[in-house]
Order: sequence, then C-alpha cells, then structure tokens
Amino acid sequence: MTDMVLQVSGVAVEYGRRGQRVRAVDGVDLGVARGEIVGLVGESGCGKSTLARAAVGLEPLAAGSVTFEGQPVVALGRRRRPDYLRGLQMVFQDPYESLNPRRKIGELIADGAWLGGARRKDGLERAAELLERVGMPANAVDSYAHEFSGGQRQRIAIARTLAARPTCLIADEPISALDASAQAQVANLLSELVDEEDLGLILVSHDLSVVRQVADRVAVMYLGRIVEVGATDTVWANPQHPYTEALVAAIPRPDGAGVLPVDLPGDVPDPANPPAGCRFHPRCPIAEASCSELEQRLLPVAGRDIACHIRSGAVAHARQPHAG
Amino acid sequence: MGALLQVENLTVALPTRSGYQNAVDGVSFAVDAGEVMGIAGESGSGKTMTALSLFGLLPHGARTSGSIRLDGGELLDMNAKQLRAIRGRQIAMVSQDPATALHPILSIGTQMTEHMRHHLGVSKSEALTRAADLLGTVRIPDPEQALHSYPGQFSGGMRQRIAIAVALAAEPRLLVADEPTTALDVTVQAGILRLLDRLCRERGLAVIVITHDLGVMSATARRLCVMYAGRLAEAGPTSELLASPRHPYTRGLLDALPHPEAGGAPLVPIGGSPPSLGRVPAGCPFHPRCRYAQPLCATERPEPKPISDLHLLACPPDPLRAAS
Repeated sequence: MTDMVLQVSGVAVEYGRRGQRVRAVDGVDLGVARGEIVGLVGESGCGKSTLARAAVGLEPLAAGSVTFEGQPVVALGRRRRPDYLRGLQMVFQDPYESLNPRRKIGELIADGAWLGGARRKDGLERAAELLERVGMPANAVDSYAHEFSGGQRQRIAIARTLAARPTCLIADEPISALDASAQAQVANLLSELVDEEDLGLILVSHDLSVVRQVADRVAVMYLGRIVEVGATDTVWANPQHPYTEALVAAIPRPDGAGVLPVDLPGDVPDPANPPAGCRFHPRCPIAEASCSELEQRLLPVAGRDIACHIRSGAVAHARQPHAG
Repeated sequence: MGALLQVENLTVALPTRSGYQNAVDGVSFAVDAGEVMGIAGESGSGKTMTALSLFGLLPHGARTSGSIRLDGGELLDMNAKQLRAIRGRQIAMVSQDPATALHPILSIGTQMTEHMRHHLGVSKSEALTRAADLLGTVRIPDPEQALHSYPGQFSGGMRQRIAIAVALAAEPRLLVADEPTTALDVTVQAGILRLLDRLCRERGLAVIVITHDLGVMSATARRLCVMYAGRLAEAGPTSELLASPRHPYTRGLLDALPHPEAGGAPLVPIGGSPPSLGRVPAGCPFHPRCRYAQPLCATERPEPKPISDLHLLACPPDPLRAAS
C-alpha cells in the first residue's frame, strides 16, 4: 500500500487510568490515499478520536506505526515537530475553541504560511486567498473569531490548515457542533477540497449519514478495533458485520413514515475490561458460544473486510491457541 | 375537549442594544395528552425560547404576550410560586446536554427524589423505590446501585437516560425535550426515541421534541411545527410535511440533511445563515435565502393559513404546491 499518503499500521494507543493500562485503540490498520475520503465511524468511546489524534502524532503509540508520505509520524513532544509533517493537518471539532479569540483571522491563517518561511506580507495575502477559497470574504482577515457563526468559524479553521499546503487532513467530528444547514455547507466544502487539492481526508464522525454522503471508503470501529471496512456504497447497501447492521438500522429516516429506528441494547463496554473474543459479542444478535473464545480478524466478505467469523465463515482460520 | 397545552399568538421580546426584539413572534400550537409534537428549525429560530417560555424561565427582562394555557390555566399570568408548583410537577424539561443537566456532586438518588418528595409528598423510602423503578424503565442496569452513584460515573447516553428519569420523577404530564439526542450516538438515540414513544402510549405523556434533525422528527412526532426567525413557517402532520413540504424553508431543511436514501448526491445547503435577533428582514423573514422569492415577499408579512384541515403554511406564493 505505497500509494497511501497516510498509513496507520497495527496501531495501539494506551491510557493510564487509576494504575490500569487501558487500550483505547488496539491493533488498527487504516490508510488514506490522496483524493480519497475515508470515513471513520463508531459509537462514542470506540476509540475513533484517539485513533485520529494518534494518526497526526497527538498521542504516543503503544504499538504499531504511522507513516505520512513514507516518513514516520512522531508523537508531539518537547522537540519541534519535523518539517516534513507540515503537510499533515488536523481540523478539530469545536471551532469555538480551536481559534485563538485574541488574534485576527488573517494572522491565524497566515501561521501556516509563516512557518513555511513566507514573508509577513505574503502570508497575509495567502490568508485572504484561502478565505475566499473556503467561501468567506477576503476582508475577514481583519476580524476576530467571535464575529463569526459556528459554520464560518469551521471554514476559517479549515483555511488555517490549508495555509500549510497539506496533502492529508484528519478531521475529528468537524461538523457535529454546527447547525443543520452549516453542516451541509462544511461537508460539501471538505468534499470539494479533497477533489480539487488532491488531499487525503480521514473524516471521523458519529453521524453516519454525513459519512455516507461524502466518504469513498468507510471504516467502522468498535471498542478500539475496526470491525468492517470497505467502499461506502458497498458497506451501506448491505452491511455484513452485525454491528454495522445495527448502526445503519438505528438511523431514523426523514421520510415522514413514522418508523421508529431499531434499538441496539446495551452500552459500549469499558475498554479497561474488554470482552474476550469478539468484543461485540455481548450485544450481538447472532452471537454464538464460539464468539467469546475466538479473536477476530478482518477477512474479505462480499467486497469488503469484516471481523466476524460467523459471517465470514472463517472459524477454522480464526481459532487462536490462546482463548480469553 | 381542549388540548393539554394551548399556545396562542405567543410573542417573546428580548432586550438587546437596539431595544426589544422579538425572539418568538406570534406562534400558536397545541399539544394533546399522549402526543409527540415536534418543533424544527435552525439555531436562532426561536424554538428554545418557545420552550423556555413554557417554564417561565426566559432571560431576565424578557417580555411576553399572547397565551400559554396548560389544562386551561394561564401560565403567563402565574407568579413565581404558582410556577414552581407547575415546573417539574406538570411540565418537565430534558435539555441537550446531559453533562450539565445533572448536578455533578449530588447522587442520582438525591437528584431523583428531591422534587418527588416536594411535589408528591412521598416518604424518602417510597421515593427511592419509585426512583429505582424509573431507572429500570429507562433501562439503567442495576438501578439500586445507580441511585448511590454520581453523574460522572455514567456514559453520555446513560446520563441522558438518567436526565429523562429525573424529569419524569414527579410524573409530569408534558415533557419538553430540547435536542434530547443530538449529542448521542445513533444506537443510544434509537433507544431514547423508543422510550419516549413508549411513555406516550403507556402513560399518556405529552412530549414536545425540539430538534433540527428531521429524521428524529419523522420517527417520533405525529405533528410538526417548522419555525424560522421566531415565526411559524409551516405546521401539520409530520408525514405530510416531510413527504411533500410546501414551505421552501422546510424543503431546504430536508435537502440540506444527509439521509441514507440520498446516496452520494451532494448536499444542497440553504444559502446564507438565519438572521440574528434584531436583523430579521421585513416581509417574509426567509425571503433573502429563498430561491422562489417574489417582490411581495420582501414587503408583506406572511401569516400561517390553513391549506388543508391540519396543515398551516405561511407562504402566500406557495411555489411548491404543484410539486406536492
């Protein structure tokens, strides 16, 4: 997979909690190519945000590696971030918190250009261009963040990442803090930028409808692991993993038919004490006794990969010497 | 036989630097026992102010006119003491953010029984028994244990279910749910929507659901009011409004919303953003964003007029009539 601009391989991320080691992400492989949007979905607590942060180097890795354009992504520390990582940028969820309220918009955006060695005047000119690029008036350079709505702030935050001339963006819930109509605008903007600037984009979202709309591929996470990954249309039209099925069935359709969405009982288990075997088995409608014993791995089924030995019919291959 | 809640020509004016401005402007609707009614609109459409006015919890200095009758009693004429007897007992509220709705350092049991004992006059042990029952109803595992726990020990979805249990503790007849599931995962959302539906059917609870998510509306609300800039744009049976919307704003909300059936087609955002308080355009407040706007829309204020038995529309040109 050398054509991937960002490649996550066997990544695990651990937190310390009351003396315990908690694995929030446990052995994830995921890549994104330029010009591609990969949607990363799952319930809260599944580790998708942690994975996104690890992918840009905001979390240290407990195992595995992340490479950006073939070079290692190192965790942020006291040393200066290497220059070659400038093309890997992150868009945060809350544009009310990610923009410095005391600096002018022009300066906020120009940071990326200035860090690249641009002169002060050139950086500010670039900021004005980028504002127009994201559908904002160029004269916003002299304004402050509080003068704008949530949707406009998120555009500004996106312009700020563009100043660094990125080749890959990681966006963590970039539209979930926004109003309905602003959500559509920002989702469309991200989608256009990926096409026109040939960016790779990993879009983390708990809103499956948005991912359905914009992502080329989708990866479904459950309790630190990817359970299904494939082309969005394929996964959506005919989900194979029981968890993906439950997620898709839980989305209420705005068709006026008055149909209540299907419920998935229970909560995501505590990652400090994950269930043995398939981590979804305590909530799974098709679980069998073997599910609590067998470790699952991703295997191809119907044009995508799923981690479910019942659906993939891979009992013999999935059996591990150590069970539970 | 009158409705449980009858709101007529409600106007809420808030003090701003440029004098009093109407955040809610001549809104009328009714809710029957056992019914879910939805109020939809973007932020700034006046939906939350409408909800707060039911509780007498408007910001300091707000002026109200019109009428809000609960079971025939006029809420706008009540003094603070009379309102206290109604709040929690007759009408209760669930807000968007379960993290701030619950007191962080009071146990769940204390928060659930405090107003139960005040309003219903039951003993502490009786209140605790009822509280445990309610927690079971909202499907909190191990209710007895949960009573002695604190909000921080629960996940977001469980906290929202607890907030609903707290709201239901004094057996109110009307529940106002302001974006009750916006912050939650679809799976948890499905559970809460099913819970609300069950409470309506089994206990005759009336619910006002406020959300911009038309999928949620479609699943739960029998009738729907679409608000824009503090006014009613369109109201009627949810199935009719979502299947064949007549107001261009309702159509716009539907097109801006990603939904599973839309496939990969780009979202069509509503251009511009909703007007801020004090900058509401003359005539139809939506006309600057409306693709069907005609000259008269900029001058004449549209009033909601019946277009069928149950369907109200505030758009005299009615450009979508042919389409429906």
